[in-house]
Amino acid sequence: MKARVFITLKPGVLDPQGKAIHHALDGLGFKGVNDVRAGKMIELDLADGTNDAEIEDMCRKLLANTVIENFRIERLENA
Amino acid sequence: MKSAVIVFPGSNCDRDLAVAIEQVAGRKPAMVWHKEADLPEGTDFIGVPGGFSYGDYLRSGAMAARSPIMRAVKDAAGRGVPLIGICNGFQVLTEAGLLPGALMRNAKLSFVCRPVKLRVENSQSLFTSHYDSGEAITFPVAHHDGNYQADPEALARLEGEGRVAFRYLEQVNGSARDIAGILNDAGNVLGLMPHPERVIEPAHGGTDGRRLFEGLFETVAA
Repeated sequence: MKARVFITLKPGVLDPQGKAIHHALDGLGFKGVNDVRAGKMIELDLADGTNDAEIEDMCRKLLANTVIENFRIERLENA
Repeated sequence: MKSAVIVFPGSNCDRDLAVAIEQVAGRKPAMVWHKEADLPEGTDFIGVPGGFSYGDYLRSGAMAARSPIMRAVKDAAGRGVPLIGICNGFQVLTEAGLLPGALMRNAKLSFVCRPVKLRVENSQSLFTSHYDSGEAITFPVAHHDGNYQADPEALARLEGEGRVAFRYLEQVNGSARDIAGILNDAGNVLGLMPHPERVIEPAHGGTDGRRLFEGLFETVAA
């Protein structure tokens, strides 16, 4: 089975990368972009039966820095 | 005095730190590879150097903070052994949970590499006893992820407990409250982005960093 972990900066944490992307979109003429926040996605190929608690543990211990980041786990049951 | 410098794949200030330690302490530190499980017996000072450990993969310092030697480093710090993390070393110590907060991408996104003015905020610490409180000094910085951030409660605690050791006197990277270096609650762990080990002798263009090691080693050796 596969799972995807989406890691995003917590609301309120300054995201200079997102700001730079926003600025570049403006420069390309895309109007109406209110805000941009950049994050990352990590895809895990896991042994069948790996439970949510274990994936959450991976996120807390390594994949996300919970001082500044939130994470969301998405399981891809048929992958 | 027996010191140890931890070396990760991608460390690049380990030699600078070793030279600084040897010049001030008169004895070479042990260079300890990250895969080791233990520090040399009787280690009484540990340095985590700057660089780009593991290519800054995932987050700066994230992989290094989980490497085998860090368990021994945490144990030693817990027993009160003085520990300094410089630049990438500071990032490693925050990722390892030895210091609060996190170091994020510089606010202006660019790599900053120049001498900067700092103020010594606390001259009572193990690492700053040879400076005057409020003294302005110059250390070089060279980093991309030096933007120190912590939640408001953590920042208030750091300030209230005198744990902000060094503060920038100029705009450098967007750090909360211009924080350049902090201490842990026990006072035996210092993390800072600027490089004291690069201003040890006059040929470096300054010697402001030397007193950090002199003050520390005087206490450690005593």
